Amino acid sequence: MLEIKNLHVKLEEEDKQILKGVDLTVEPGKVHAIMGPNGSGKSTLSYVLSGRDGYEVTDGTATLDGHDLLDMDPEERAAAGLFLAFQYPVEIPGVGNMTFLRTALNAQRKARGEPEISAGDFLKLIREKAKTLKIDAEMLKRPVNVGFSGGEKKRNEILQMAMLEPTMCILDETDSGLDVDAMKLVAEGVNALRDEGRGFLVITHYQRLLDHIKPDVVHIMSNGRIIKTGGPDLALEVENNGYADLLAEAN
Amino acid sequence: MALPQAKEDALAARLESLTKPASGGWLSLARGQAEARLHEMGLPGRRDEYWRWTNPTTLISPEVTPAAPYKPTDEAPAFDAIDRVKLVFVDGVFDAAASDDPAMAGVEISRLAEAGQTDVHWAREMYGLLEAQGQSPVKRPLAALNSAYATDGVLIRVTGKAEKPVHLVYYHESETSDAILHHCVRVEEGAEFTLLESGPAAARFNKVLEVEVADRASFHHIRTQGRDHERRAATHIFARLGTESRFKTFTVTANGVMTRNEVVVELTGDDALAHVAGAAMGDGDFHHDDTVFVTHDAERCESRQVFKKVLRNGAEGIFQGKILVQPGAQKTDGYQISQSLLLDDDSQFLAKPELEIYADDVSCSHGSTSGAIDDTALFYLRSRGVPEREAQSLLVLAFLAEALDEIEDEAISEDIRGRLEGWLSRRMA
Ligand SMILES: Nc1ncnc2c1ncn2[C@@H]1O[C@H](COP(=O)(O)OP(=O)(O)OP(=O)(O)O)[C@@H](O)[C@H]1O
Ligand SMILES: [Mg+2]
Repeated sequence: MLEIKNLHVKLEEEDKQILKGVDLTVEPGKVHAIMGPNGSGKSTLSYVLSGRDGYEVTDGTATLDGHDLLDMDPEERAAAGLFLAFQYPVEIPGVGNMTFLRTALNAQRKARGEPEISAGDFLKLIREKAKTLKIDAEMLKRPVNVGFSGGEKKRNEILQMAMLEPTMCILDETDSGLDVDAMKLVAEGVNALRDEGRGFLVITHYQRLLDHIKPDVVHIMSNGRIIKTGGPDLALEVENNGYADLLAEAN
Repeated sequence: MALPQAKEDALAARLESLTKPASGGWLSLARGQAEARLHEMGLPGRRDEYWRWTNPTTLISPEVTPAAPYKPTDEAPAFDAIDRVKLVFVDGVFDAAASDDPAMAGVEISRLAEAGQTDVHWAREMYGLLEAQGQSPVKRPLAALNSAYATDGVLIRVTGKAEKPVHLVYYHESETSDAILHHCVRVEEGAEFTLLESGPAAARFNKVLEVEVADRASFHHIRTQGRDHERRAATHIFARLGTESRFKTFTVTANGVMTRNEVVVELTGDDALAHVAGAAMGDGDFHHDDTVFVTHDAERCESRQVFKKVLRNGAEGIFQGKILVQPGAQKTDGYQISQSLLLDDDSQFLAKPELEIYADDVSCSHGSTSGAIDDTALFYLRSRGVPEREAQSLLVLAFLAEALDEIEDEAISEDIRGRLEGWLSRRMA
C-alpha cells in the first residue's frame, strides 16, 4: 500500500540533505517498525509523507495505493487514508477538540463523496472511542491539546486515529512520554485497528512498545537511509546492543 | 485659550455645512452647552496626540466623501432570528413604517427629535452630560459636535427586566448622507436591558450613545457595523456604572474604509463590572480604530477590554486603550488585551495600551500582540483532512474566540459567528 522508492529529501531553506535514498514498502495488514539514532531522519520521513512544508524532494517517489502522495495537498493525503500521529502534537487554542475532530471527519467524508456524520452519531462514536482510551469527556471539550499532559496528547493522537480510521497509519514516537499503563492503552488502541486492509509504520526508540504492538518487519534508519531490515529480533538486538554494531556493519 | 487659526477655520467650515435642528426647551439648552464645549476644543486635527494613528480629515470635512451603499444579498439581515423591537433609521432618518411598535412592558422609548417639546424628564438630566464628563482628561470633539447637532436618536428608559432587546437598524441609501444620531439609555435600579445595533447608517455616520446603568442594573450591547465598504463612522459610547451594575458592549466590524469607535466607561459604584470587546475584520482599504478609556472610581470593580483584529491586503488596525485607576479604587481587577492577526505583510496593527494607577491594592494586566497564522497548527489541521481554507477559517475564529466569548446570549453569539464565518469564506480564497 505505501511504497517509498529511492526518496531523497533536502531542506527547502538550506542546502542540507536529510533523506538520502529511502526504500520502504508497507503491505496491507502489516506493521513495520522504524528505529534509528536521533537525527537519522525518521520524523522527516513522516512529515514528507504527510505533506509538511519546508522540504524538497530531490529524487524518488512515494505512493499510497498507487497514487502519487508527493503530488497531493496534506488534506488530500488524509482523505486518501494517510494518518500521522505526531511526535509533538500541536496545541490549538480556541479550537475545541470536538469541533476539530468533527470538522476533520466530515471533511474527509466529503472528499471521498460520503455523507456527513450526524451530530448524534458523532457524539456516540467519540464517547465510545474516548472511553476505551480512558480520555474523559472534559478533555474532549477543551481546545485541541491545550493544557494536555504529554501522555494525554499522545492518547489524543490515537483517539483521532481511531475516529478517522485511516488505512495507512504512521506513528512517530507515540510511546515517548507515556507511562506503562498509558502505553498499554495506546497499544490496545492500535491493535484494535489492526486488520488486513490497514498498514502501520511505527517509529520508536524502544523495544517496549513493540512488545505490545508486534511488528512484522523492523527497519533501522541511519543518516537518511534504511541500513538494515529484519524481523522482530532486530528490535531486540538494538535494545541489547545499541546501534554501534549495526552502524559499523553498514559502513 | 484661543484655538489655532487652522482649527477655527476647520470648525467654522464644518459648522457651516450643518443646521442646528429645531428642538426647543431643555434640548436647545443642552445643545448650546455642547456647542460651547466644541468651540473650546475645535475639531480633531492630524497633530493631536489622540489622533496620531487615525487621520480625522474625512470625519471632519464639511463635505462628505461620497460612499456607494453596499447591499449584500448573501446573508440574512443581522439579528433576524432574535425576537426584538426594531427601530429603523435610513441615512439617519427615522423610518416609522419600517419600525416596530415600541410599546414594551418596563421600557419607555421616545425619539430625540420629539423630545424638545415633550418633557422626558430623565433624559433632560442626562443628554450630553456623560459626553461632557467624558471630555476630560482627553478631548472628544466629534462627540460634542454630535450632542450639539444630532438630528435624532432614541431615548430609552428601562425600569424592569426588558422582555426583548431593542434593535436599532441603520440603513445606508444615499451616497452623500451625513448622519448624526444621539441615543440615551437609562437602565434603572435592578433593571436589565439589551441593545442591538446593526448596519452602516450613512456615507458618514457620527453617533453617540450615552448609557447610565444604575445600581444592580445590567446593560448588554451588541452591534455589527455592516459590510458597507466605503462608509465612514465615528462613534462614541459613554457609560456610567452604579454599584453592582453590569455593562457589556461588543462590536463586530467587517469592512468600512474608516471607523473610529470610542468607548468611555466610568465605574462609579462599588463591585461594578464593565466588559468592552470587539472583533474587526479588514481586507484592503480598511482603517479601524478602537479607542477605549475605562476609569475605576470605586472599589472591587472589574473591567475587561478585549479587542481582536484580522487584517489583510493592507488593512490598518489601531487600538488605544487605557485603564485609569483613581485613588481609593482598591481591589480593582483590570484586564486589557489587544491582538491582531495579520494575514499578510502589507497589513499593519498599531497599539497603545496604557495603565495609570493611583491605588495600591489593584490587579491590572495588559498585553498586545501581532502575529500571523500559526503554520504548525495549520499543517496539523490539514494533516487531519481539513482543507486549507477551512483550516484557516477555524484558526481565525479561534483567534477571535476570546472576544466572541464576551457575547452572553447564545442566539446572538451564533448570529455573529455565522457572519464572521461568511466573511471568512468569502475572503479566504
Ligand atoms: N526544519 C529543519 N531545519 C533544520 N534542520 C532540520 C529540520 N528538520 C530536520 N532537520 C534535521 O534533520 C535531521 C533529521 O531530523 P529528524 O527529526 O527527522 O530526526 P529523527 O530521526 O526523527 O530524530 P529523533 O529520533 O530525535 O526524533 C536532524 O539532523 C535535524 O536537525
Ligand atoms: Mg523524530
